[in-house]
Amino acid sequence: MSDFPHTPPRYSATFTPAINAEIRRAAASGIYDIRGGGTKRHLPHFDDLLFLGASISRYPLEGYREKCATDVWLGTRFAKKPIHLDIPVTIAGMSFGALSGPAKEALGRGASAAGTSTTTGDGGMTEEERGHSKTLVYQYLPSRYGMNPDDLRRADAIEVVVGQGAKPGGGGMLLGQKISDRVANMRNLPKGIDQRSACRHPDWTGPDDLEIKIMEIREITDWEKPIYVKVGGARPYYDTALAVKAGADVVVLDGMQGGTAATQDVFIEHVGMPILACIPQAVKALQDLGMHRKVQLIVSGGIRTGADVAKAMALGADAVAIGTAALIALGDNDPKWESEYQKLGTTADAYDDWHEGKDPAGITTQDPELSKRFDPVLGGRRLKNYLKVMTLEAQTIARACGKNHLHNLEPEDLCSLTIEAAAMAGVPLAGTNWIPGRNGGF
Amino acid sequence: MQTFDLGKEGLRALNSSLHALKGQTNMTAWEVINPKGAHAIAAGVDAPVDITVRGSTGYYCAGMNKLATIRIKGSAGPGVAENMMSGTVIIDGDASQYAGATGRGGLLVIKGNASSRCGISMKGIDIVVHGNIGHMSCFMAQSGNMVVLGDAGEALGDSLYEARLFVRGSVKSLGADCIEKEMRPEHYAILEDLLKRGEADGKAKPQEFRRYGSARKLYNFNIDNASAY
Repeated sequence: MSDFPHTPPRYSATFTPAINAEIRRAAASGIYDIRGGGTKRHLPHFDDLLFLGASISRYPLEGYREKCATDVWLGTRFAKKPIHLDIPVTIAGMSFGALSGPAKEALGRGASAAGTSTTTGDGGMTEEERGHSKTLVYQYLPSRYGMNPDDLRRADAIEVVVGQGAKPGGGGMLLGQKISDRVANMRNLPKGIDQRSACRHPDWTGPDDLEIKIMEIREITDWEKPIYVKVGGARPYYDTALAVKAGADVVVLDGMQGGTAATQDVFIEHVGMPILACIPQAVKALQDLGMHRKVQLIVSGGIRTGADVAKAMALGADAVAIGTAALIALGDNDPKWESEYQKLGTTADAYDDWHEGKDPAGITTQDPELSKRFDPVLGGRRLKNYLKVMTLEAQTIARACGKNHLHNLEPEDLCSLTIEAAAMAGVPLAGTNWIPGRNGGF
Repeated sequence: MQTFDLGKEGLRALNSSLHALKGQTNMTAWEVINPKGAHAIAAGVDAPVDITVRGSTGYYCAGMNKLATIRIKGSAGPGVAENMMSGTVIIDGDASQYAGATGRGGLLVIKGNASSRCGISMKGIDIVVHGNIGHMSCFMAQSGNMVVLGDAGEALGDSLYEARLFVRGSVKSLGADCIEKEMRPEHYAILEDLLKRGEADGKAKPQEFRRYGSARKLYNFNIDNASAY
């Protein structure tokens, strides 16, 4: 025996304990991991950007004194009845099925109280949601579950969903545990089956068809409703340009941080681009077409604070959408349910098995007992509060940058903390005038 | 009979007039002339009226139809009667791709042939095709009845849910989870009714059809079925 000390145990940076655990799980089960939420990996994000604030060349507006407006019009290009929202933070599409009826009601209550819109999802329009949402966006999805002309006409806008950030190129998934009688009836499916909805629309293929499809929806709704086109963060320059060409009023762009009710983990973590990389490309497409601000851009995926809202808008977005953050505001993943998360083999703030329908907070479930835990009135109030705080935060930043409207924020108000974020967002690295890649592609 | 010259008055005026008929109307007979392959003709109608289109139509004719009877005296482009809720659409000629896609009710009759993906994701509509249907027809079809007097192309009923498929001729191949099933008395009754309403009762008898439906093996994920997906 040598007296020399042993080399201390050293973990592989490639085969980490987490990777090894997944290999073992796969070997034991024979099936990929399915979960909810968005990517959990570290990505260049809004945290890597800072506002410069006012200085000698720019002077600020007085907080609490001078006005900084937050309203936004959506659908001004073709729709006879464009939408006017008090705040530029909207609620992203989440299905009844993925969420309980009371959770959908709470989203409507909170959004309406804060002066913004909610969005249906892959399961049709519920009375809870329509009744409690002043402004409701009706998603037109490949599955067309529950699709009908009456709901199209009682919607305030229509969102043609081509893709979503969590899974660009993937269809919907709602596993059997959540297909209750009501969900099954709305989707016209047998109860308890694993519902995998289509990834492509059944009756159009490609941008030329999409143009005709949009025209048909406009005809059915007598050209009243704004028509959004939602895409995942795949090829945002071309997707935005093609959506504009197809006649969209609004482009909704969802980065890979955007959540899903259920999808393969490998899909969530390895397909799509972070929202920071997507926004400048989409804005450039709009500018190249002379359509920036004429076709509005809503961005989503990882929006958490008023700072994120302000940064997204400074990069050129007209509004943002929140999904995961809205669920957390309602009470999802709250530490008060920790003992129950532990029983499910997880912990608060990490719970993502939304597809199993066992949500202790009673939000991502169809279980009537669990759903009872969630109070839609209280949830709505919490969401309203959160939306108000985000708006106040964004206004605080905008005033500091001397802007009397959130839409007046601009890339020149920003700098970047990292080279990656500087390259993706197209704003200079802090303390330099260097934007990597500028003058050499975008 | 109200005659509408689409070439002169335009699509918006046509659909606007038809949408205005919602509810009670005694102006129940409409004729559309000079359709010239326009898209979205008579889309979103919600009234028990009878509309005859004299010529061929483009995409999405009779889309989301409710209550109306729409006759196309020509052929129909892609997505005819898509997401139809109720009423009847009768095409004298052929239908392009996705005929009756996601249809939730009513009856679609195609007197010629239908192209690929006929009845894709159908959700309660009944479709009667006097001729043949193309590949991938009834993909993910959820409910309703498909009646084909001729032949079916490749991958019929792939990933089928609970729709019933009746084919008189040959089926080139069945899609994943689609199998032939026995014909029971209730199926003959369905066929007899649909052949009659589909203006095909003189052309075929219920006894000449075979029935296809879901094996229901893919309803819940099983790793041993992975190669079927």
